[in-house]
Amino acid sequence: MTLLKASKVSIIFGGLKAVSNFDIEIEEGELIGLIGPNGAGKTTVFNLLTGVYEPTDGKIEFDGKSIVKHKPYQITQRGIARTFQNIRLFSDLTVIDNVKIAYHFHVKYNLFEAVSRLGRFHNEEAEIEKKALRLLEVFNLADKRDEVAKNLPYGEQRRLEIARALATQPKLLLLDEPAAGMNPQETQKLMEMIRWIRKEFKLTVLLIEHDMSLVMGVCERIIVLDYGSVIARGTPAEIRENPKVIEAYLGEEVPGC
Amino acid sequence: MKERTKRDIIFVGISVLLYAVIEALILYRVIPPYFERGIVTVCINVILAASLNLINGITGQFSIGHAGFMAVGGYVSAILTVKLGMSFSVAIIAGAAAAGVLGVLIGLPTLRLNGDYLAIATLGLGEIIRIVILNISYVGGAAGLNGVPKDTNFTWVFGMMIFTLLFIRNLVESSHGRACIAIRENEIAAEAMGINTTRYKVLAFTIGATFAGVAGALFVHYTYVASPSSFTFMKSIDILTMVVLGGLGSMTGSVVGAVVLTLLTFFLADYPQIRGVIYSLLLIVLMLYRPQGLFGNKEFSLKMLSRLTGGGRRDVA
Repeated sequence: MTLLKASKVSIIFGGLKAVSNFDIEIEEGELIGLIGPNGAGKTTVFNLLTGVYEPTDGKIEFDGKSIVKHKPYQITQRGIARTFQNIRLFSDLTVIDNVKIAYHFHVKYNLFEAVSRLGRFHNEEAEIEKKALRLLEVFNLADKRDEVAKNLPYGEQRRLEIARALATQPKLLLLDEPAAGMNPQETQKLMEMIRWIRKEFKLTVLLIEHDMSLVMGVCERIIVLDYGSVIARGTPAEIRENPKVIEAYLGEEVPGC
Repeated sequence: MKERTKRDIIFVGISVLLYAVIEALILYRVIPPYFERGIVTVCINVILAASLNLINGITGQFSIGHAGFMAVGGYVSAILTVKLGMSFSVAIIAGAAAAGVLGVLIGLPTLRLNGDYLAIATLGLGEIIRIVILNISYVGGAAGLNGVPKDTNFTWVFGMMIFTLLFIRNLVESSHGRACIAIRENEIAAEAMGINTTRYKVLAFTIGATFAGVAGALFVHYTYVASPSSFTFMKSIDILTMVVLGGLGSMTGSVVGAVVLTLLTFFLADYPQIRGVIYSLLLIVLMLYRPQGLFGNKEFSLKMLSRLTGGGRRDVA
């Protein structure tokens, strides 16, 4: 079943066509990579899919319903969660609170129950605490539950951000350069983790990455973006051989050199 | 959860004890009447500081028009008791509701703004409220609404103060409060976590305004008069100072900030020549050595106490 379908999506900033005629179809359970040189419009695509930007043109459907003109929080509630290229944790809060916040829109108790501590409050809070802890355990962060997020090492902050995104219980997870700033070993571990969470949480994953080894190693399909347009799509092997992709990354071959 | 209930019981227990002691001291005239006035002012200011802290410290929306909401609460309640002869409790509820409704109306358009812009907008709105009141002859214009019954006493202010503190504390420690804190920490991330940021900003603003209305009603019914000069821009700044001094985002900080600054103003009232100097110096020194406020954004706890005395286990940074 098609989970996400975008057709002919474009966005114009002033005179700049940042993304033009972007098409994508993601089937449930797929793991797709979105690559491209710097400034190709990858993050802009993420921002379009998550409602940060409204497309100038085109359609985006998630789970069979249009999500254009929806606010980012509504799109998250529909089941798309994301991480950010530059980590955006709630940096002064504890690790566990970061995750608890992500459960917010699943909470059923109302304001009155919260203030009076009656009704569903205690049960649901206990439930959230339990779920958040379980998630932290999965990501090997349980022993740091009371640590302030900004004091975590970089790699752990990235993991926490993914854990937090998963706490919203999404169907589609968008990862924006999850391996940025990681060394090869950490990247390797991250690859395994992405594969594992996809299986464990029955997720569909779309990821942006610069690190070719990660993309080639983990993704089943790859979409290459350059100057806002899709220049190639296919399996990792096909992409590696594609002359257009090589050109976009390394430049044109100059005859006589 | 047991821990939470235990803490609540301790808090209520201490409050009741404190109330009994102070009330007894007032009844047996150990505390002179002029000082009782100081205590009542402290309680009203705690309500104001705690409610502004919900907006500025917890949700991170810098509002400086709190005196405006206080004025609305004060005037609406005074109209009810003076002109319509209603009971004090009805007047408080009506005053709070009026301030809350105004909070929604003002919050919806202004909370699209951020930082400095929001501060300027709320400052302006606070002044608009005051000047509108100043020009309504029904409520006495510049002279104010006289003959307000003195219904407020220590019991009322203390009770309302505890109610305010419990209300806001419980809110902050719930998922709804976490949503507010998330907005303060990182609005973009909060939205990406499925939090309707506009809704929670307006919610915090409204609740803050409502309690400012309660404080206004209590204040007006203690001073016999509802006068526009009580709700100037300077009043808003006073409340803001308490919140910042205590530590933005810390409820205990707001309480301590309100108590310290109110008592300081009260005791320095006898020395008008040096009052301004001492007050300002204190603030300068505090901001130099503790720019995050007395409590930062943390709450007072026994752990904090043991760390201060050096007896606690030191956390590895």
